[in-house]
Order: sequence, then C-alpha cells, then structure tokens
Amino acid sequence: MAKVTAGVATSHIPAMGAAIDLGKTGEDYWKPVFEGYEFSKKWIKDSKPDVVFLVYNDHATAFDLKTIPTFAIGCADEFQPADEGWGPRPVPVVKGHPELASHIAQSVIQDDFDLTIANEMEVDHGLSVPMSLMFGQPEEWPCKVIPFAVNVVVFPPPSGNRCYQLGKAIRRAIDTFDEDLNVQIWGTGGMSHQLQGPRAGLINSEFDAKFLDSFVSNPDELAKLPHLEYMRNAGSEAIELVMWLVMRGAMDDDVEQVHRFYHVPASNTAVGHLILENRT
Amino acid sequence: MALDKPYDDIPGTTVFDADMLRKGYHLNQCCMSLMKAENRERFYKDQRAYLDEWKMTEDQKQAFLDRDYNRLISLGGNIYFLSKIFSSDGHSFQFAAATMTGMTQEEYAQMMISGGRSPDGNRYVGEKADG
Repeated sequence: MAKVTAGVATSHIPAMGAAIDLGKTGEDYWKPVFEGYEFSKKWIKDSKPDVVFLVYNDHATAFDLKTIPTFAIGCADEFQPADEGWGPRPVPVVKGHPELASHIAQSVIQDDFDLTIANEMEVDHGLSVPMSLMFGQPEEWPCKVIPFAVNVVVFPPPSGNRCYQLGKAIRRAIDTFDEDLNVQIWGTGGMSHQLQGPRAGLINSEFDAKFLDSFVSNPDELAKLPHLEYMRNAGSEAIELVMWLVMRGAMDDDVEQVHRFYHVPASNTAVGHLILENRT
Repeated sequence: MALDKPYDDIPGTTVFDADMLRKGYHLNQCCMSLMKAENRERFYKDQRAYLDEWKMTEDQKQAFLDRDYNRLISLGGNIYFLSKIFSSDGHSFQFAAATMTGMTQEEYAQMMISGGRSPDGNRYVGEKADG
C-alpha cells in the first residue's frame, strides 16, 4: 500500500530559484539562506520518496482571471516549467503520477472536497523552487510529483481549517492506494511577507515562530486562525501559509520534527522550513 | 449586500477581492499576456499601441506606461499579475516592492536585511508604533 512517511514545509520565494539558477547560493547574502537546506538535501537522499504530493499556489501562471479554482489537482503525465516573464527556469520537466492523482481526486471528491481536475497545466516557481531547494540541480527530478494548486491570489482563499481537513481526506485517499509507494506531502509558501503597497516588506518573526510551534504541536488550534489575522499581522501574502495546513492534515497527529529553519530575509520574505516524519 | 471587508483597516494594503478583480480584469489579463515571448516583443515595440488592444481605462493605461504600481493596484491590478510587467522589464520583486514604499531599492533592501518592516504601528490604521 502507499504510505505517507514525511511532510516538508518551505517558502517558495522566486529569488531563491533565481539564486540557484544563476549560481549565487555561495554569496554572502544567500549563504545563510541555503545553509538551512543543507540538512534537507541529505535527508531527502536517504528518505527517497517515490511520489511528492506538492501543495503550492499558482502565481497567475496556469490560471489567469478567467477561471479560479480553489483547489486544482494535476492529473497529467508531465508538467512543463512555465515562462513567468523572464523565460522558463532551467529545471527538469515534472513527471506526474496520474494513477495516484486520479485515485486521490476520486476519493476526496466523494469525501466532500470538490477539486478541480487539471489535465494540462504549466507549473511555476511555487512548485519548482521547493523542488530545487530539496533536490538541487539534477538532470531529472528523482521522483514523481502530483501538483496541487490552491488559490491564494484572489480573496478569499480557502480557510486554514478547510485546508487542514482536506489534508486529512488526502491522507485517507493515499492510505487506500494499492501500490507500494513512499509518499511525501509538501506544503509551500509563506512565511510573513507583503509584496504590495506602502506596507511592503512587513516581517513578523514573532508570528512566524508561533506559527512554526503550533504547526508541529497544536495544528487543531492553528487551523482556526482566520485569514484576517495572517494578513494583518504577517503581511497580505502571508496568507499563503494556509497551504502548509494541507500538509499538516495529511500527517499523523503526533509527528517528529527532524528539521526546523527560519531566516530573514530572502528578497521580501521570511524563509521558513520544516521537515516532519510520521513515527509509525 | 456589499462584500464584508474586515481587512479594509489594514494600512497600506489592498486586498484583491471580487470588487478589485472586476475593476482590474482587463488590466490583469493584459499583464498575463506578457508571459508569451512574442507578446513581449510586440509590447516593447509600441507599448501604447499594445495597451490600446485591451479594454482598459485611460487611467490604467497611463499607470501601466508610468510603471506606477501603487496606482495600478488602486485601479484593480493584482501584484502577481503586475509582476509580469516588471519581470518583462527585467526587474525583481524587490525592485517593484521598493518603488511602492517610496524607498530606493538600496534603502528597501537594507530594511529587509535589518529584519523587515515591523508590524508595530502597521496592523491597523491609526495604530501607534509604541503600543
């Protein structure tokens, strides 16, 4: 049977992708950012996922304003890296797992979560930056990926609790997939940041620290945090953090935190990163 | 009934809700078109002519030409869509964010290195930094 073994949470800042692509990770500015991922790159070599279920948001790339799916699951064989205005990132094509993706869609839709099915979808930095942070710059990505896009661009995004409960439904679906697969679930985006308007540059390290604590030890409570609290206290774009809760919902209640990293800044944003393992 | 907007008292922040989306629909779709290399080429040949192909207001077109991102946001622009403009121009998110705060990019970058803009005094309109 398929098994969810670990969860990874990380920011997905485009400038981090650019730093990797342009070979700048050793520069003074970037060094402390990427040092936080050294452990992670070693860890993932040992943990060898077959499939990563990757929760991210599309940044006006695959979805424009014509159609705005709250939750979209990528069921295709492969997903091309998108041209976001400066040409596509030089990263491998993402290979999907259509059978598991379709199984999850069928299962969670009948479990009351109405997903949009995406059979053709380009993927942007929201997905490719976490891949680069964890796997470096290989010729081919070493695992299959199921992209799962959450709307956080047009207000309102789904609530934290909706994301958390959906994670639990995704877990139930993966647990019943009849193939031996080592599955990881990743939640990406955040942490505190605001990219727009005169308040741009807002960082709330205290909020972020509390979020990281509660995320590991008290997610039931954290899931109740309203959108307004994220936006008011940690910046309008910190609302991306609801996506981490999909990951947390799919993990066991009791998890082992094997890595935690936090750094300010990367460009406009606070970088947060966690690795959680299920104990069983 | 009008949309409930409890977020309206967050200073210096425009939440991209349904009202802003309606206002900025064509503006944002135009930004989106710059993701295609052939459109970028046409755009840079004659920016005004390119913008005239879209159902945008004169104000929106002028703010687009001026790269006035705060104005574009007030006219319904969404930051992720607007990012197609400054990315096409060869600028970073940090460059664009700095212009919206009225700081130079250097000053803004230094603020970020020093830990970013404090939330104190920035949560509510009228909130005092000291309490």
